[in-house]
Amino acid sequence: MSERVAPAAAEDTHAWQPSDVQRDRDEWRRRRTLRSAVIAAGSTLLLLGAVGGAVFSSPGWDRVQETYFSWDKAVSSFPAVLEGLWLNIRVMAICWVLILVLSLTVAIVRTLRGPVAFPLRLLGTAYVDVFRGLPLLLVIFLLGFGGPALRLQGLPTSPLFWGCSALVLSYSAYVAEVFRAGIESVHPSQRLAGRSLGLSYGQTLRHVVLPQAWRRVIPPLMNDLVSLQKDSGLIAVLGVTDAIRKAQIETALDFNYTPYVVAGVLFCCLTIPMARLTDRYARKKGYHGAGGVL
Amino acid sequence: MSELLRLAGIRKSFGDHVVLRDVDLTIEPGQCVVLIGASGSGKSTLLRCVNLLEVVDDGVITFDGRDITDPRVDGDEVRSRMGMVFQAYNLFPHLDVIGNVTLALRLVHDVSAEEARVRGLAMLDRVGLAEKAQARPDDLSGGQQQRVAIARALVANPRLMLLDEVTSALDPELVGEVLDLLTELKGEGVTMLLNTHEMGFARDVADQVCFLHDGRIHERGTPEQVLGDPREERTRTFLSRIRA
Repeated sequence: MSERVAPAAAEDTHAWQPSDVQRDRDEWRRRRTLRSAVIAAGSTLLLLGAVGGAVFSSPGWDRVQETYFSWDKAVSSFPAVLEGLWLNIRVMAICWVLILVLSLTVAIVRTLRGPVAFPLRLLGTAYVDVFRGLPLLLVIFLLGFGGPALRLQGLPTSPLFWGCSALVLSYSAYVAEVFRAGIESVHPSQRLAGRSLGLSYGQTLRHVVLPQAWRRVIPPLMNDLVSLQKDSGLIAVLGVTDAIRKAQIETALDFNYTPYVVAGVLFCCLTIPMARLTDRYARKKGYHGAGGVL
Repeated sequence: MSELLRLAGIRKSFGDHVVLRDVDLTIEPGQCVVLIGASGSGKSTLLRCVNLLEVVDDGVITFDGRDITDPRVDGDEVRSRMGMVFQAYNLFPHLDVIGNVTLALRLVHDVSAEEARVRGLAMLDRVGLAEKAQARPDDLSGGQQQRVAIARALVANPRLMLLDEVTSALDPELVGEVLDLLTELKGEGVTMLLNTHEMGFARDVADQVCFLHDGRIHERGTPEQVLGDPREERTRTFLSRIRA
């Protein structure tokens, strides 16, 4: 037996109205969302209140507040620290571009095939091994204090230049590995498909492999950028007057440590938006399975 | 009312695109209902809605006498009483075959490791793959992988099996082994809701065939009627296209 179902009348999508059952469900979901929000807000306030109460009522709080959270000191040191931060931002931006170029080159060299490229591969591997092994601070000391003393012809002697070089050399080793992982994660069949069309090795790399690899490594790259933003403060040890150095100078006036806190807050103001941006990008790229509600 | 599953007025859309509109369907225990229709007609979405992998926009799904579309229902508990098999097998590559088959028994159904192993091996024997228990999914052929996936879905004695184009990713010579297994399961009284492009199989195994087009069931009936003597112009067009 068969039951014939009426053919679809041209249904206007907008004419659809939820049924009573569905309205019930929607109402229930809405109430549940509201209840969760109220509970979340309440428990958050409770926790903040408890933590705040415990901190502010503890015996040494007056001295802590005076030393680290002095409002007057914060206001008076803010312009100097902000001026120093501008240097950090410039250092970060310039270094990041150089790091991307150098690390991509190293990554490509490390994925070259064939015996001819062996010395290049060896060089790339040695570079990555050495600079991933050296602590960043050590590289900064080596180049920052040693570099200017060499008085090499054609190279500046400013500690800023040598500090940036140290950052670029150190970071490129890490970022090169990120790029290499991305390049190697592109399925070999993609290379074969490129070559089968008559594209050369380089063309396949440039037009087929790298565009796919690039998209996959953007989240880890942004992670490294966030890391670089704060590590750019390490060049303060060379006497470069960045945000940290400025804060140090301000602190030295009266041994009030509020300028350090100001610098810390400013660094967070740089890195936290970048971290959120990374999260959002990753979510947009759909790093949560095949879709659906699970 | 002895039905196991009842769909009433199911509607599902993704953004502005309405995938299912006003779908009604009933399945009785031991029945096999086959959904046919072109790609994009909503067959897979319908199965995913029944498995609560998608939340319906409207309508009621009653399973075993209970409204499972009610947001107060525990979806995990409902899913533990259904088995689902996917087009691309979706086996866990980091587990061996027996590990895949026994995972839910151990984690969801509170079966001891030894008993899970016994039941898993028995189920693998049932699908003819007992000797592959220690193999990795990647070392198996597509047909073998899909039989493992069926064993994984079946091992906890689900009340209903949902099969989503389970032979579409298989080489033609491997399709037979999977369809033969499903035909045997049907003979053993397993209740099934499935979609397929294998019309010969649908004819053999279905108690009811539903033709979906544009999110609606346009025609339903016995396989002889729908596949042999379709009344709707759209059904005829669809069938002539896939037989050409």
